[in-house]
Amino acid sequence: MKDLDTTPPTPTDEFIKGLWRENPVFVQVLGMCPVLAVTNSAVNAVAMGLATTFVMLMSNIFVSSLRHFIPKQVRIATYILIIATFVTIVDYAIEAISLDLHKALGAFISLIVVNCLILGRAEAFASKHGVGYAALDGLGMGVGFTLALLCLGGVREILGNGSLFGVALFPAGFEPWVVMILPGGGFFTLAAWLLLINHLKRRRESAAAGMQEALR
Amino acid sequence: MYRALVGIGMLCGLLIVFVFAGTRPVIEANRAAALERAVFAVLPEATARLTFALTPAGGFAPAADAAGERIHAGFDQAGSLVGVAIEARGMGYADTISLLYGYAPERDAIVGMQVLTSKETPGLGNKIETDPGFLANFDALDVRLDDSGTSLLNPIETVKKGKKTEPWQIDGITGATVSSKAIGNILAASSSRWVPLITQRRADLDAGDIDEGS
Amino acid sequence: MNEESLWSIFVNAALVNNFVLAYFLGICPFLGVSAKMATATRMGGAVVFVMLVSSVCAYAIHHLLVAIGAEFLQLIAFIVVIASTVQLVEMFIKKMSPALFRALGIFLPLITTNCAILGLALFQTNKGYDFGQAIVYALGAGIGFTLALVLMAGIREKLEFATVPDVVQGTAIALIVAGILSLTFMGFAGLGA
Repeated sequence: MKDLDTTPPTPTDEFIKGLWRENPVFVQVLGMCPVLAVTNSAVNAVAMGLATTFVMLMSNIFVSSLRHFIPKQVRIATYILIIATFVTIVDYAIEAISLDLHKALGAFISLIVVNCLILGRAEAFASKHGVGYAALDGLGMGVGFTLALLCLGGVREILGNGSLFGVALFPAGFEPWVVMILPGGGFFTLAAWLLLINHLKRRRESAAAGMQEALR
Repeated sequence: MYRALVGIGMLCGLLIVFVFAGTRPVIEANRAAALERAVFAVLPEATARLTFALTPAGGFAPAADAAGERIHAGFDQAGSLVGVAIEARGMGYADTISLLYGYAPERDAIVGMQVLTSKETPGLGNKIETDPGFLANFDALDVRLDDSGTSLLNPIETVKKGKKTEPWQIDGITGATVSSKAIGNILAASSSRWVPLITQRRADLDAGDIDEGS
Repeated sequence: MNEESLWSIFVNAALVNNFVLAYFLGICPFLGVSAKMATATRMGGAVVFVMLVSSVCAYAIHHLLVAIGAEFLQLIAFIVVIASTVQLVEMFIKKMSPALFRALGIFLPLITTNCAILGLALFQTNKGYDFGQAIVYALGAGIGFTLALVLMAGIREKLEFATVPDVVQGTAIALIVAGILSLTFMGFAGLGA
C-alpha cells in the first residue's frame, strides 16, 4: 500500500518519520555511542536527547540556509564546523543550567559532534531542502532519538536502580539488578529493544503478506 | 571557495564567543555556590569561609592575592578558625575519586568528608557517597601528629567492616572494599601532607580577614 | 598534574576502562567492522596509529589554546585536527603501501567520526595528563580497542556457523555478545591500581 502513495510529504510527515518509521536508533542504528553511555538513568537520557535535538535542529537550519554558499568540495568539513559550534554552545548552556547534570553527562556532551546521525541528516536532507523542512526533519529525528534514549534509560533505571527520574518505585527491600546500570546492561537493553521491534516488524510483514494472499 | 569557508568560520566563532561570554558568570557563580555548600557540609560549625593558597614560600596567603594550591578555612560567628576544608583525589575502583574533607586543628581530627566526583560502580562502590554507617567514620577521624610534628602519629587506614578499634581507622563497606580502601588511601596521603603544614603555619590562617571574603 | 603511573594508565585504558566495552566509544565501527578477523585487525592497527597522532596533536592544541585564553575553541580545533590527521594518514598510506590502502578501503575515512578518537582527546585533556602519560593513554586505548574488535570478530566468525534465531540476527546478537564481553572485562577492575 505504501508503494501507491505518491503524494509529496506534508510537514507533519517530515516530523513524524523521525519518530517511528525512520527512528534513528531503532531503525537506522545511528548515533550509538551516546545511546549506551548516558542511558543509565532516565534524566540523563532525556537531557542528552534534548541536547542532541537542539544541535540537530540548529545545524539543520544553518546548513539549509547556507546551502547555496557552502562549497561542494569542503561541505563535510563545513557541516562538522557548524555542528561543533552548536555542540560547544549546548555544552556551556548545560553547565550554566545545572552543574550536576553537566558532571553526569561529562565528555559525552562534546561527543555529540561525532554523532553520525547529525552529520548524516545534514548531508542527506538539510543540504537539499528548504529551511522549514530541514528544521522539521531535525526536530523529528531529534525527538525520535530522545524517545529511543528514554526507552533505554527508563528500562535501565527501573531495573537497575528501582526508580524512574529519581523517584523510587519499589519498596526499600527491592534488590536492584545492578548489571542494568553497568555498560553490559546497556548492550543487553538495546539488544532487547531491537529484538522486540524486529519481532513486531516481522509480524506486521507476515500479516500484510497474508492479507495480500487472501485478496488474490 | 575560501571566502565562504572563512565567512562561515567567523560566524561560528562569533556565536561561540557570544554564548561563552554570556554563560561564564553563571557558571562561575554555580561553581562558587557548590563549593560553599561542600565546605559548610564538611565543617559543620563554620559560618564563614575564606580561601587560602599555598605560596611557594610555604605559607598561606588569601587566595585573592596569591596563586597556588587552595584550601578553604572555615570560621565561626566569633571569627575563630573552626577548621580547614581540603580537596584531595586519587584512584578508585573505576576512575578517579575526588573528595573534600574538613580538618579541625582544635580536635586533631577530620570532622567531615564529602565525595565530590566519583564514577564508582552504582549500587556497590557508590555507597561511599551515601552509606550513613560509612560516613559516620568521618565525624571524628583521628589525625594527631607525632612528636616531631612532621607526620601523623597513626596514618589513616581502612579496615573490614566491624573491625574498627582505633579512632584513626575507617570501617569499610562490605562489597565495596576497593572503593572504601581508596577513600582511606586518599585521606591518608592528603592528611599526611596538609596536617603538619597547617599546624606549622596556623598563624597565617588565623590572621585571615574574613571581611575580605573570597 | 595527574599522578597515575604509566603502567596503571596503560592497563586502565586497555582493559579496566576499555574504550569500547566500558565507555561505549567507537561502537559504530565496532559493530560494523567486526564481522571478519582480517578487517578487524587492520582497522585496529589504523586506529592505534591515528590515536597516537591525535593524542599528540590534542596535547599541543590544548596547551596552545590555554596559553592564548581561547579554550572555548577546543572542540572545534580537536575535530578539525582529527579530520585532517585521518586525511594525512590516508595519503601517507596510499603512497607508502598501496596494497594496505586498498585493503583498508572505506574504513580509514570512517575513523573520523569514530567517537573513540575524539573521546581520547577529550578524556586526556580532562584528566590533565602530561605528554608521556598522554602517549601511553593513547597506546592503551588503541590496543584496547583493537583487542575488543578482534575478540568480537573471532566470536562473530564462529557465530556464522551457529543457528541464530531469525528475530535476533544481525545487530541484536552482536549487541548481546558485546554485553557479555563487557561483563567479562569488568573482571579486570582493580588491576592497574
